[in-house]
Amino acid sequence: MANVALDDRDETVARPDGLKGFAADWASDQRAFKNVPWGKAMMWIFLLSDTFIFSCFLLSYMTVRISSTVPWPNPSEIFALSFGGDPIPLILIAIMTFILISSSGTMAMAVNFGYRRDRKTTAILILVTALFGASFVGMQAFEWTKLIVDEGVRPWTNPYGAHQFGSVFFMITGFHGFHVSVGVIFLVIVARKVWRGDFDNNTRGFFTSRKGNYETVEIMGLYWHFVDLVWVFIFAVFYLW
Amino acid sequence: MAKHEGQVHPIGVYLKIWALLFVLSLFSYLVDYFHVESYLRWTLILIFMFMKAGLIVAVFMHMRWERLALTYAILLPPVLIMVFIAMMTLEGDYTFATRGDFFAIGI
Repeated sequence: MANVALDDRDETVARPDGLKGFAADWASDQRAFKNVPWGKAMMWIFLLSDTFIFSCFLLSYMTVRISSTVPWPNPSEIFALSFGGDPIPLILIAIMTFILISSSGTMAMAVNFGYRRDRKTTAILILVTALFGASFVGMQAFEWTKLIVDEGVRPWTNPYGAHQFGSVFFMITGFHGFHVSVGVIFLVIVARKVWRGDFDNNTRGFFTSRKGNYETVEIMGLYWHFVDLVWVFIFAVFYLW
Repeated sequence: MAKHEGQVHPIGVYLKIWALLFVLSLFSYLVDYFHVESYLRWTLILIFMFMKAGLIVAVFMHMRWERLALTYAILLPPVLIMVFIAMMTLEGDYTFATRGDFFAIGI
C-alpha cells in the first residue's frame, strides 16, 4: 500500500502498489491516473500519439530502404564536415546529438529547481534549454542549406544513390525540427511565466485563463525530453544505420 | 490549492544520467567513426539506442516513479509498433523481390 496524493483534493488515500494497484486504478467509475494532474496525463497521451506518428515515418523509411534495388546513400559521408583538414564523418550530427542531450539535462534540472521553488535558477535553466534547442535548429538549417543548395538534394532526386533518400530525409528531420522549434517557443513562454512568478502568485494564463503551477514546468519537460527521445531513434536508424 | 508533492529527486540522479547519456552517445558515434560494419554495427546501434531511450523515459521523464496505471497506459501501446515493423519488413522484402524479378536489367 502506498499513500497517494489525489491531485485536486487536500487528501491522500491508501492505494495498493504494483499490479494490484494497476487493476484497482483502472477499475470502473473513477479516474485512472490517481496522483497525476490531468495536464500531465494528457501530455503523456499526446506524446503517445506523437510516438505513433514518428514510428510511421521511421517505418516507411525502413520499408523504402529495404525495397530499394539501388544502393542507399551513406549518411556517414554525406554529413561529414571538414574543419580545415580531412572530413570528419557525421561530425555535425554528433554535435547536434550532444547539444540535444545537454538541453534534456538542463530541462530535467529546471523541473527539479521548479519543485524546489527556486524561481531564478529554474527560469535560467529553461532559457539555457531553449538556447540549446535554437542552436540545434540552426545547425539543422545549415545542414539543409548545404544539402539543398550545394549538393542538389531534392525530395525526388539526389546525387548519391536511391532517390527516396531525399524525401525520407526532409520528411523525418523536418518534422523533428518543427517539434524542436515549437518546443523552443513554448520554453520561452514558460521561462517568462516562471521568471515573473506566475506560478507563485496564481496569475492566470493569457490563453486558458487558468492558474498554473510548477507542474507546468514538468509537463513542458516531458515534451522536451520526448523531442530528445525521438532524436535518439532518428540518430540511430537514419544516420548511423 | 492542493499540496503538490511532484517529482522531487536529488539533483545527482539527473547529473549521473546526463553523463551516462553522453557516454552512450559517444559510443554510438564511435561505432560509425571506427567503421564497425554489418551485424555487429546494427546490434551495437540498437543496444545504445534502447539504453538511451530507456534512461530518458525512466529518469528524465520520471516514468520509474509513476504508478503502474500510467506506465502501462503509455508504454504498452507502442508494442503494437513491433508488429507493424515485422509486417513492413515482410512487405519491403516482397517489394524488393518483385522489383528484382520485373525490373532487373541485363540478367
